[in-house]
Amino acid sequence: MTTAGIYDLLRELPFFSNLGESALRFIAGCGQNVHFAADEYIFRENQPADAFHIVRAGHVALEIASPDRGSLMVQTVGEGEVLGVSWLFPPYRWQFDAHALEPTRAISFDATCLRAKCDEDPALGYELMQRLAETMSRRLRSARIRMLDLYSHAGTS
Amino acid sequence: MPVEQSTVIDRSELDVLIATLRDRGYTVVGPTIREEAIVYDEVTGVTDLPEGWTDEQDGGTYKLRRRDDRALFGYAVGPHSWKQFLFPPHTLLMRARRTEEGFEVDPGENDQPTYAFLGVRGCDLAAIQVQDRVFMEPHADPTYSVRRTSAFIVALNCSTPSGTCFCVSMGTGPKAGPGYDLALTELLDEDGHRFLVEVGSDRGAEVMDALTHHAAGPAEEAAAQAVVERAAAAMGREMRTDDIKELLYANYEHPRWDDVAARCLTCANCTLVCPTCFCSSVEDTSDLTGDTTERWRSWDSCFTLDFSELGGSNVRTTNRGRYRQWMTHKLATWIDQFGTSGCVGCGRCITWCPVGIDITEEVRAIRDQGSDAASQEDPS
Amino acid sequence: MVPSRYRVTSRHRETPDTITLALEPVEGEALSFEPGQFDMLYVFGVGEVPISFSGARDGQIEHTVRSVGAVSRAISAARPGDVLGVRGPFGTGWGVEGAEGADIVVAGGGIGLAPLRPVIQRIIERRDRYGRVSILVGARSPELLLFREDLAGWRSRFDMDVSITVDTAGVDWRGNVGLITELVAETGLGPTTVAFICGPEIMMRFVASALLDRGVEPGHVRLSMERNMKCAIGHCGHCQFGATFVCKDGPVYSYDRIAPLLAIREV
Repeated sequence: MTTAGIYDLLRELPFFSNLGESALRFIAGCGQNVHFAADEYIFRENQPADAFHIVRAGHVALEIASPDRGSLMVQTVGEGEVLGVSWLFPPYRWQFDAHALEPTRAISFDATCLRAKCDEDPALGYELMQRLAETMSRRLRSARIRMLDLYSHAGTS
Repeated sequence: MPVEQSTVIDRSELDVLIATLRDRGYTVVGPTIREEAIVYDEVTGVTDLPEGWTDEQDGGTYKLRRRDDRALFGYAVGPHSWKQFLFPPHTLLMRARRTEEGFEVDPGENDQPTYAFLGVRGCDLAAIQVQDRVFMEPHADPTYSVRRTSAFIVALNCSTPSGTCFCVSMGTGPKAGPGYDLALTELLDEDGHRFLVEVGSDRGAEVMDALTHHAAGPAEEAAAQAVVERAAAAMGREMRTDDIKELLYANYEHPRWDDVAARCLTCANCTLVCPTCFCSSVEDTSDLTGDTTERWRSWDSCFTLDFSELGGSNVRTTNRGRYRQWMTHKLATWIDQFGTSGCVGCGRCITWCPVGIDITEEVRAIRDQGSDAASQEDPS
Repeated sequence: MVPSRYRVTSRHRETPDTITLALEPVEGEALSFEPGQFDMLYVFGVGEVPISFSGARDGQIEHTVRSVGAVSRAISAARPGDVLGVRGPFGTGWGVEGAEGADIVVAGGGIGLAPLRPVIQRIIERRDRYGRVSILVGARSPELLLFREDLAGWRSRFDMDVSITVDTAGVDWRGNVGLITELVAETGLGPTTVAFICGPEIMMRFVASALLDRGVEPGHVRLSMERNMKCAIGHCGHCQFGATFVCKDGPVYSYDRIAPLLAIREV
């Protein structure tokens, strides 16, 4: 798919709403359209985090493998959502397995390319970081509340 | 209800009043001295009353002192209120026994004693009416409603308020409001020892027919009026009430709560002596065989740690939370719940608090000290 | 008020600590209740606790009970044929009938789904009177979901959206893993949406907040609150929540009424 085609796809994603046209075209240059089959592992824990994905359609589970309990799911990611933030920080390694639960389409950005573009254009970098920070904040809140294990303690009628 | 002209009875006629009420089947309960306090208990005659006594009350202080006259009602209120007779500290709610079809409930008879209350102060009459709104509507409590309906009330217009009284602030006295069967004002002067009597109901009028009385003249009316006016001018405390609900609703996080929490022992004395506090707990108990059980209701207090619970854990874990709950309920949320304040200004919570916490002082402190740092000035 | 005798007709284990009982009166007709109400469920010789109705069918009432203390543990041990006591119904209902014409969101977390089940049953009975219906369910893990048969039935319908998420799951789970608030993001909401939320208080606050952020009216969001109760008729004072008694001014409250109270500790 051409960069123009990627650009058209990006414009539809809520993640990039309010990002200017030239910034979006700039980013589109790092992107490509990808497909994953059901049960395919998109990335594995500890592999180099070399891509940033946004799911266009489908359902992906973030998992951790344990020897006695099998694979444990910590989060699922669906349409319009970001998959993977570890590409942003050293050591640039994935922290979880990403397991497509059904056929999944995504836009995938080469992490090296994207990091370089952010260095080149800090204003664009700031816009991207803001959006990613918001995603991380939401995920952190979700994780923290789930850590409280509210459903385990009596307290609902 | 007929509006009778006021009448006057001699002091000696009080024994006839008590006897008349007893003859009609009432258990007469009135003030009497026990363990150095004036409490409410059964009285059989004037000799049981605290003749010539008065009380000195202040925060955490209660003392009896001899008067230099023989007044029978020359004191304020003690640790007892009339609530123990209408809403007993322990009440059997039901019995149940194990059967083949699970269990069977024995609702029991609802036989309740018939009381005549002798010497109900304005604050306490108002308190009974406050509790009526809790226990009579919309769900009528069977024990309370039977006792309340049958209770004969002889009110007493105060002559000698105490250091913790503030009925004037709460609009409940010293003149007892409507709702009594008879109301007495004690007159003790150079013209003798007598009582002005006002009739407030048909059964009050009917009881008066058995007493020797004469119509009150203008001098006697004036003397009774003066008693009440002197009492109104001698209040020990005061509390501004026009803005209380909004004040407390706006100040759930006021620093004063930390201040009072450091003093409060959560001993629950205030809730026990308060004539309007109505919280209770229910317990199912069984005999040793486990085949017969009883359900008992007992007085409870919001100061207990586990009073408010969610899923096995306590909600109000701190003194601060519980004191704030009690005071905010008494003065503010009660108004939204029942249409009146929960406080009648009797002062008992001040007198019987072991550390002398004064509800009027706490309200004043919250009002006077702004809750933002800028106005944390010394109020004096 | 004294308890009426109700016999357990069936018992179904939902999770290791939660069971659903169906009860029919020993004499007379079963009481009728509004979804959202509760009764005081009594075990002879042990005591009473407030339990929401979790369903009604064939002249029977249903209760889903979690073992927390002495009384609920005793209730959970009841078997078909055992007789329990019932006093009720008490409290305010969800107002399902009054929500006819609106789009509906039902959000239940953990055992909070139990008081909502009668809402779903009532909506299904009169499906054509409601707009879009979305059911959001949160649980700790897939094995701890309640009413699994009902859930499967609701999911198989074409006239309602059922979304389920769990806090954590193993490989057998193909559904969502995440907080129930994340399901709100995918739910169609509008100015006429009426939402019924039940679960731990923290969960209810966050779900309400997420709904409000998406434009749902605070007066259209209803929560079911809980406090300990002894009498259920506003006399014992234990269930007070601000100026309200949960037993008679609740347990169902509209969010705009209690939002300030939810923010105060120890209220």
